[in-house]
Amino acid sequence: MFIFTLRKLNLFLFTMLLLTILSFSLSFLFPGEQLINISGQINATEQELAILATSYNQEGNIFEQYLAYVFHIFSGDLGVSMSSQTDIAGEIVRLLPATIELSMFAFVIATVIGVPIGFVAAINHNKVTDNVILAVAMIGYSVPVFWLGLLAILTFSIQLGWLPSGGQISLLYEIERPTGFMFIDILVSESPHKWQALQNAYAHIILPAFVIAAAPATVFIRLARSAMLSVLETSYIRATRAKGLSFIQIIFRHAIRNALIKVIQHIGLQFANLVTLAMITEVIFNWPGIGRWLIESIYQRDYTAIQSGLLVLSTFIFIVHIITDYTYAALNPLARGAKYGSR
Amino acid sequence: MKVNVWLAKAIAIFSVSMLASCETENQQIAENSLIYCAEGSPASFNPQTDTSGTTIDAIANQLYNRLIKFNDDNSIAPALAKSWHVTRDGKMITFYLRKDVHFHSTDYFYPTRLFNADDVLFSFNRILDSEHPFHLVSEGKYPFFQNVQFSNIVKEIEKINDHTVRFKLHQANSSFLANLATDYAVILSKEYADLLAEQDRKDDIDVHPIGTGPFKLKSYQPGSLLRYYRHDNYWHNNVALEQLVFDITTSDTGRLTKLLTNECDVIAYPIAPHKIQENPELQLEEVTSFNIGYLGFNTHKPPFDDQRVRKAISHAINKEAIIDAVYGGKAEIANAILPKNSWAHDKSIQPHEYSPIKAKQMLIEAGYKDGFSMDIWAMPVQRAYNPNALTMAKLIQADLSEIGVQVEIVSYEWSTFLRRLSLGEHQTVLLGWSADHPDPDNFLTPLLSCSSVVTGSNRALWCNQEFDNLLKLALQTTNINQRKNLYFQAQAIIQQALPLLPIAHSKRFQARNKKVKGQLLTSFGGVNFAEVSKQ
Repeated sequence: MFIFTLRKLNLFLFTMLLLTILSFSLSFLFPGEQLINISGQINATEQELAILATSYNQEGNIFEQYLAYVFHIFSGDLGVSMSSQTDIAGEIVRLLPATIELSMFAFVIATVIGVPIGFVAAINHNKVTDNVILAVAMIGYSVPVFWLGLLAILTFSIQLGWLPSGGQISLLYEIERPTGFMFIDILVSESPHKWQALQNAYAHIILPAFVIAAAPATVFIRLARSAMLSVLETSYIRATRAKGLSFIQIIFRHAIRNALIKVIQHIGLQFANLVTLAMITEVIFNWPGIGRWLIESIYQRDYTAIQSGLLVLSTFIFIVHIITDYTYAALNPLARGAKYGSR
Repeated sequence: MKVNVWLAKAIAIFSVSMLASCETENQQIAENSLIYCAEGSPASFNPQTDTSGTTIDAIANQLYNRLIKFNDDNSIAPALAKSWHVTRDGKMITFYLRKDVHFHSTDYFYPTRLFNADDVLFSFNRILDSEHPFHLVSEGKYPFFQNVQFSNIVKEIEKINDHTVRFKLHQANSSFLANLATDYAVILSKEYADLLAEQDRKDDIDVHPIGTGPFKLKSYQPGSLLRYYRHDNYWHNNVALEQLVFDITTSDTGRLTKLLTNECDVIAYPIAPHKIQENPELQLEEVTSFNIGYLGFNTHKPPFDDQRVRKAISHAINKEAIIDAVYGGKAEIANAILPKNSWAHDKSIQPHEYSPIKAKQMLIEAGYKDGFSMDIWAMPVQRAYNPNALTMAKLIQADLSEIGVQVEIVSYEWSTFLRRLSLGEHQTVLLGWSADHPDPDNFLTPLLSCSSVVTGSNRALWCNQEFDNLLKLALQTTNINQRKNLYFQAQAIIQQALPLLPIAHSKRFQARNKKVKGQLLTSFGGVNFAEVSKQ
């Protein structure tokens, strides 16, 4: 396990190196002054610019400039937003939890729905149930998320009036935001309307979470189905059958557990896809997360925000990958020996 | 199977917590709170320093009071001043102040005394006295007061005693009281200002506001929300709403969606009026604003120096079609410059009816048998009084081509447009005016007086001594019948000379859930939640 950790750490460092180089070079590729792109200080005076230039080591060669940039990042300085002149690191810390919360919710929904349905399809291999599930999964995968989002708002918010159309919580509830995670903040808050607020927050997260979950859930269906199918064909399943175990026993005791290991390995990879979907969904559902913020920055040509936002988001996704790798390794000892080149 | 049991338990707890609805509590918070979906963020928390409609809607009536206010019928009523007295020569106005008015106590300020004359002096001297320590806070801009040339009207403000204040004017001015009753003439707290000055954070006075109004500011997130709490010691009435939230939703479809899904109780500037009217739970309100969209003739340039030509053109324009196409029916046809709900509106004024035949005839009389060609300057920006000047210009172009007048439409970027307009380069122009208060002087003087030819708001460049004298006389008397009479005469002159062709008075719309009771919208000025309640 120690070697495994070392390998992952190694991989992490190299990826971070590449990411920061990419982000650093973006400041040259965007139109305008590189120093302004990287710092976001559009209204700076001559003197302020001179101070900035020294802090970003503009006199030095490109390598020294890069080091200065990395130093800024690690000291938590991602520059200021060109459009609002607010500190980007602060904005990200404020907004990222909302995105994580939404993505986690969607992820749980996609897994809880997708995986069992996939297993059901595999168990009924080549029967009507299997075909229907596959067809629905294919449709679910093909529907564009922005359209699905609007359709969901139209049906469940406007026509049926069951769920709110946007936002994280009704503005009537005044919740202090120490952590930025809405559900945690509500639970630790001293609001007299705590439980109502919690319900309200649930009601707000359901629609966007299901919309985001739709496409990954269909991927999970197919993953779970093929994993289960290959497990069902293995010799140890045949052996259990020969031993006279009932079908239910076979599935619950042996097949599911072995199929899940294969599924988990791929599920982590879906997280990046899910975050991309979440970004678009945040715009539709007015969700105050980092995706909406980043897309707005793109609209406003806020280069500093785009550059730092991309860096933070990709780091976040990469960390999620490492966490799933660990989970997988913990569940499946065989994986610990695998080389990263082979995965 | 252990896992499955735990899972079942977790699901059970989850669904119970979701479904368990504490109905009564739920109703309470919804009943005592109101969400208003506004179209934008306020630019300031002090109405003295900004005149934009969005800012005034958000702050003016929520946070502040004025010495006097307008009643529903546009007459002037007491507010922080319980009564007032104007001397016979109209040069001195004495206000007797209320003694029971509390300022807001908030997280950032706790008042130790009630409202008194010092607050009035502070609030107005800040504007009048360029040496005042607070004058240059917010860059010394007081747009409304600078427009009405407040410092040329008021000579001095004198404190008689703690609850009596006297305004001394340079000369009598009957629109002075109307100026003081506008949303801009708010009363600030001197005690708070002194505290800020002491702590050297004067700028906070326009950022963290303290007023006497029905609500106090709790929090503000730019571009997102504005939260007010009830001011429990409000002097005027018991405010029903405990919490008032301005949900800043810039997209108009977003506001409509939130109204339909009950996420907003009231929305500003709704779209899709039919959709709202169809819904039994919703109510669409409209009020004709104090504004005018007009076609102004440059009376210095031929052929519009001839009033027969101006009249001919006015008969050739189909206003009804314009109301439908440009305002989407959300406006009233204007027959006169003053809107119908102004007390000085002269009902006897005959509209210039749409009649191309008559127009053609008048052109022939004026000596333009074969027509002529002219330009129309269409303003490039949207305003309530003219949401689409370019379309309007095209409609007029089509109308005029029927009587043989060729129209060329001209438009520049807004600041260039205004600059060239003030040079008098135009022949005709589509523009408008929104009044700050209902006094008729606020329409006639800026639009048509000789002095405003110089200051630039008189786009017809029309100057008539007789008309000007009538306006001056009307300002010097406070007798309303006398004023009415003078304004009727003045309007008759305009009707005869027709320097401007009035086109439309646009309406302001608002949509609300029927649970929301009480009046919100007035024909000018911002929304007011003081007397609104929810069922």
